[in-house]
Amino acid sequence: MTPLPGSGLAKGLAVTLRTMTKKTVTAQYPDAQPELPPRTRGVIGLFEENCTVCMLCARECPDWCIYIDSHKETAPPAAPGGRERSRNVLDRFAIDFSLCMYCGICIEVCPFDALFWSPEFEYAETDIHELTHERDKLREWMWTVPEPPALDPGAEEPKEIAAARKTADKLAARIPQTDPDSPPEPTEEKGGTP
Amino acid sequence: MNDALDVALRLAIVFVVFLVAPLLVGQTEHKVMAHMQGRLGPMYAGGFHGWAQLVADGVKFAQKEDVVPAAADRRVFQLAPAVALLPYLLVLAVIPAGPKDGAVGQAVDAGVFFVLAVMGVGVLGSLMAGWASANKFSLLGGVRTAAQLLSYELPMLLAAASVAMAAGTVSLSGILQAFEWWWLPWQIIGALVFFVAGLAELQRPPFDMPVADSEIIFGAYTEYTGLRFALFLLAEYAGIVILCALTTVLFLGGWHGPFGDDGLGWFWTLVKTALLAFVIIWLRVSYPRLREDQLQKLAWTTLVPLALAQIALTGIVKVAINQ
Repeated sequence: MTPLPGSGLAKGLAVTLRTMTKKTVTAQYPDAQPELPPRTRGVIGLFEENCTVCMLCARECPDWCIYIDSHKETAPPAAPGGRERSRNVLDRFAIDFSLCMYCGICIEVCPFDALFWSPEFEYAETDIHELTHERDKLREWMWTVPEPPALDPGAEEPKEIAAARKTADKLAARIPQTDPDSPPEPTEEKGGTP
Repeated sequence: MNDALDVALRLAIVFVVFLVAPLLVGQTEHKVMAHMQGRLGPMYAGGFHGWAQLVADGVKFAQKEDVVPAAADRRVFQLAPAVALLPYLLVLAVIPAGPKDGAVGQAVDAGVFFVLAVMGVGVLGSLMAGWASANKFSLLGGVRTAAQLLSYELPMLLAAASVAMAAGTVSLSGILQAFEWWWLPWQIIGALVFFVAGLAELQRPPFDMPVADSEIIFGAYTEYTGLRFALFLLAEYAGIVILCALTTVLFLGGWHGPFGDDGLGWFWTLVKTALLAFVIIWLRVSYPRLREDQLQKLAWTTLVPLALAQIALTGIVKVAINQ
């Protein structure tokens, strides 16, 4: 059956009228902050206490927008007669957000969990040079990094928590048997023979 | 002395309405169009839901430089906005808002003739602007305006003639005095033809081929800046007010309402006019622009025959009643 002539025109009017009665989708941004989903790629925060200056992030960055300077410090031996220990100390960590393409490779590649996504996005500047943010600014953004989203119900326990719990359980199992007379029994740590 | 005061007062009221009503329609268009598209529209100017947006726009236009292109026909170019705007002011003065003598700026005996003739002059402004701008897009817009005027003036006149036939008078107040509720179904075809043709004459979407901003920039108004451009915009919205008021007076019974014709006449006129203005905005949001050939086809193959049929119907019913 062919549609009634002019029914398309009426449908057009109905659509606009219906839209008028519905709630608008406009986000009044400066007045109302947007609700961002977890893992939003706003800005990259640096947890510099974790950084070992391994330079992996700088080398993996496709845009070469990460600047890292460091120097080596030598710590005196822990015990007399020991060996001196040397470590890298971070002097400068800067990300040029005018180059950054927010791919997140640096965050993925960091083996020490020193880089994180923060949902903070209001860091526009009037000069492109001012978009290079130094370590203090990057450290400040760490405070805006949200907690990782909760795991799904029934999901596997995170690896580090599982490992910690295993150790704790083992210790707890050992404590009641510990008395000064008998030496601790050799524990069955490896393999767990059936 | 008293007469002079009376005239001055009437003129002042007409002038204030002429300045305020188009702004109200414009603001309504901002908001209605926004909400029909799921947006909010202006929200900042003036504080409360952007009520002062058009005032702010006006201030902006007033601050802009008034440029006349070097190759333009200066005098005609500068005169065009006034030619586009003033006819609507003249028309507004003769539209009756209520049944009493005080509710009309100046009652004219040949009201329908006067109104339609003067409204036709308004389109001349676009023609002048298009020709005088020395710009090919302006010229295209001007020529399209002319073509549109030629084709749509005819059905508009025929539809208005049908009402004049029904009432047996060409005075706007006379038509309203003769109005009965059953004229509404009787003249409904004429009303639709009049409204659509008026819409096309105002170059409102979906009949905005002459200004079609996505293909000929802004048609005849391309070269205009600042206040002169603002006057053209004001003319467009004044045109909406006039068209809606005229349709109300000719076809919807003007001051006749469900109750209180004497005291509330002006109210019914306003309500009907506002509703029609809403419909104009609604049409703009809902429909895409008609192509130039579709425009001409609609006028000559649909509206003109419909208007003629309406006249025939009016004549038959009129003769049947008088027997």
